[in-house]
Amino acid sequence: MKKLKTYTRVIVFLCALAMIPANFVSVWQIILEAPQYPEGLKMEIWSHKIAGDVNNINGLNHYIGMAQIKEENFPEFKVMPYMIWIMVFLAALTALVGRRFLLWTTASYLLFCGAWGIYDFWRWEYEYGHNLNPHAAIRIPGMAYQPPLFGWKQLLNFLAGSFPDTGGYLIIVPAVVIVGLLVIEQFRKK
Amino acid sequence: MKQLSTFTISALVAGLFLSGAMSSCKPKKMDAAISGDAAQKVYVAPGKKDELYLFTSGGFSGQMGVYGLPSGRMLKQVPVFSQDAESGYGFSEETKPMLMTSHGYTPWDDSHHPQLSRTNGQDDGRWIFVNANNTPRIARTNLSTFHTDEIIELPNCGGNHASPFLTQNTEYVVGASRFSIPYDKDGEAPIADYKDKFKGTISYIKVDSATGRMKLNFQLLVPGVDYDLSRAGKAISHGWNFFTCYNSEKAHTLLEVNASQRDKDFILAVNWKKAEEYLAQGKAQKWPTNYAHNVFDESTQTASTEMIKEVNVMDVKDLPGICYFIPCPKSPHGCDVDPTGEYIAASGKLAAVIPVYSFTKIQKAIADKAFDGDYDGIPVIKYEAALDGEVEKPGLGPLHTEFDDKGNAYTSFFVSSEIVKWDVKTKQILDRVPTYYSIGHLCVPMGDNIKPYGKYVIALNKITKDRYLPTGPELTQSAQLYDISGAKMQLLLDFPTIGEPHYAQACPADLVLKHQIKFFKLADNNHKYATKTEKDAKVVRDGKDVHVYMTAIRSHFTPDNIEGVKVGDNVYFHVTNLEQDWDVPHGFAVKGANNAEILVLPGQTKTLKWVPDRVGVSPMYCTDFCSALHQEMQGYVRVSPAGSSTALKFSTGE
Repeated sequence: MKKLKTYTRVIVFLCALAMIPANFVSVWQIILEAPQYPEGLKMEIWSHKIAGDVNNINGLNHYIGMAQIKEENFPEFKVMPYMIWIMVFLAALTALVGRRFLLWTTASYLLFCGAWGIYDFWRWEYEYGHNLNPHAAIRIPGMAYQPPLFGWKQLLNFLAGSFPDTGGYLIIVPAVVIVGLLVIEQFRKK
Repeated sequence: MKQLSTFTISALVAGLFLSGAMSSCKPKKMDAAISGDAAQKVYVAPGKKDELYLFTSGGFSGQMGVYGLPSGRMLKQVPVFSQDAESGYGFSEETKPMLMTSHGYTPWDDSHHPQLSRTNGQDDGRWIFVNANNTPRIARTNLSTFHTDEIIELPNCGGNHASPFLTQNTEYVVGASRFSIPYDKDGEAPIADYKDKFKGTISYIKVDSATGRMKLNFQLLVPGVDYDLSRAGKAISHGWNFFTCYNSEKAHTLLEVNASQRDKDFILAVNWKKAEEYLAQGKAQKWPTNYAHNVFDESTQTASTEMIKEVNVMDVKDLPGICYFIPCPKSPHGCDVDPTGEYIAASGKLAAVIPVYSFTKIQKAIADKAFDGDYDGIPVIKYEAALDGEVEKPGLGPLHTEFDDKGNAYTSFFVSSEIVKWDVKTKQILDRVPTYYSIGHLCVPMGDNIKPYGKYVIALNKITKDRYLPTGPELTQSAQLYDISGAKMQLLLDFPTIGEPHYAQACPADLVLKHQIKFFKLADNNHKYATKTEKDAKVVRDGKDVHVYMTAIRSHFTPDNIEGVKVGDNVYFHVTNLEQDWDVPHGFAVKGANNAEILVLPGQTKTLKWVPDRVGVSPMYCTDFCSALHQEMQGYVRVSPAGSSTALKFSTGE
């Protein structure tokens, strides 16, 4: 049984604390900018809801036949808060117990959540961007409106951006730190 | 600890990378910077005059805006289809008939497309016509006075959008119905029968070349789609009109989806000279109808309404050679004829190309019968047979095109909010600039003439987010001025406009200045109630009507004390302005008047009706600051109880 270094336990504990507010702020953001929207439109994805200018975005999307974005269509919102609380719990447990296998468990869980999150988000964007109403007013042959997974992408007159929001950073940075600590712990000299 | 710090730094770097990605990878927007000499190009020094007049539609204000260019300074709001409390237009007894329609008094409308009168395909600065979309009307504003002199209502018309769009010598102004409606029996039919029963009309209104007087010559009964915009042919295409139409699906509900299904809608090409021939041959049917024709007579300073009961109608499907449809990519809006008259650029709002048609090819296609069947009995010319070429990947939402004097075209793009410049012959895109925001029409001075003036393009925008100080939920609409004299378009100026500037026309100021009237000659004032000298001023009772023959001159009214008026009387103040000098109007207002004040121009007579509702003494005064003693220009009306025996009495200076 490998005991973790004290500094590792302290940092992991701080990471656990850092992840708590991720439940109460927006995790991811999708930004839309167009000439007639110089102020931009923002959709926020929280762990349990969608916020921001969703109604405006739905209003615009109807021209191209995109489905309406509605909270009830996302079973993910029932699961995601627990997933974050489990992150907090595992990290805190790791810090308190100080065993390396717990650090392994926490890091693996974080990586799993990350992979699942990216896949789920992509699937969700693909669905909205491709599954268009054939009777839409504006139809451009071959055009799909899948927003970017990360970064900026031009979709007709809209520049769409997809980035972590505050809550996202509150998970990503601790996750990177925890995975890094695991690497350090694994290879540190006896 | 060393490892730790290395690691913490790399984690931080990763975090910074993520946030940095938001800004560093963001694509750059089109350069909208204003270069150094823009201010100089629009600066009109005190004492100097603007180079051009710009006439903008007032949109839902029903009026027309007049601006100077390049300064963008607003010079006047001309009352056209709406009452104007500033001048008393639509409130004064003389101008009330201007707003009469078959629906009664209609003191508002939705005006869209001002168009200057022209001779030989060039703006002549005499009149400007503008349409009313809602209660279908066309108005003629006289540019020697900037007063609206005539309004004609259009019968058998659902909504007058593709209007007025003049032919090259102002032979005709047109009014094409946006909303098709049924015509059988009382014009009532189930809406579900749209496809079978509903039809459109195009009205051809003849304009007298000397007086500008309008007369509805004939109407064409055309297929029941929505007619949107139009241009008349010119030079080689003179004798033709081209109308865009949408809803070739003939939908009657949820048009935003149901009228956007077909890949191509149509341009309707109309040979109006052929229609005239049929009319002369007696091929028109006389339809009973009822519409108002309102004319302002400058001699009597009074408008009158004539209700007209009959109209000539020709069903184009029975009379071959008048109409042809030409396919046009999805939901076209603009339909614009280049200065040579040969090229016709159309703009499909939802299309990805700008088709440019050739008039010569259209004529050849008609001669060769290169048709693709028919639509409601009207031959459809093959798209390829009429097409000269397509401008490819121009932008999103092309709406309207105007032309300069160098063979270039400028097209507005609503969705991508930009103006794109392209070469008419080669169809190559030459330049693009952003607009702020959602441009509808655009205007090149004389950009629809045979010889455009060029030099500028004016963007007529729908929204102005972040461009001005906000004014509540509703933001001002705006126009923008761009210099097009060089190879690259250059933004010079933003300026707000009234209502919505659907469309505008601009012409050199000299064209308008040469016709300007400075004052109305008192000797020519044949108003029924004119009072040409102070000694003729009087008050006359006729039953319950009291006529006040009043004069105004700096700085008093005659009479300025009136007694013997009773509660419930109809008091008519006929105010004649005796001044014979430029810019000395006098206003007239009386306390408790619940319609308006009036503004009486030099040499003019105007009548304000007032029904006093209470006993007392009502002050009256001049509302236009006329002289140093303007504030002293006042008087009193004593109002006695109804049925009292107060004698009629009036005086000044006693």
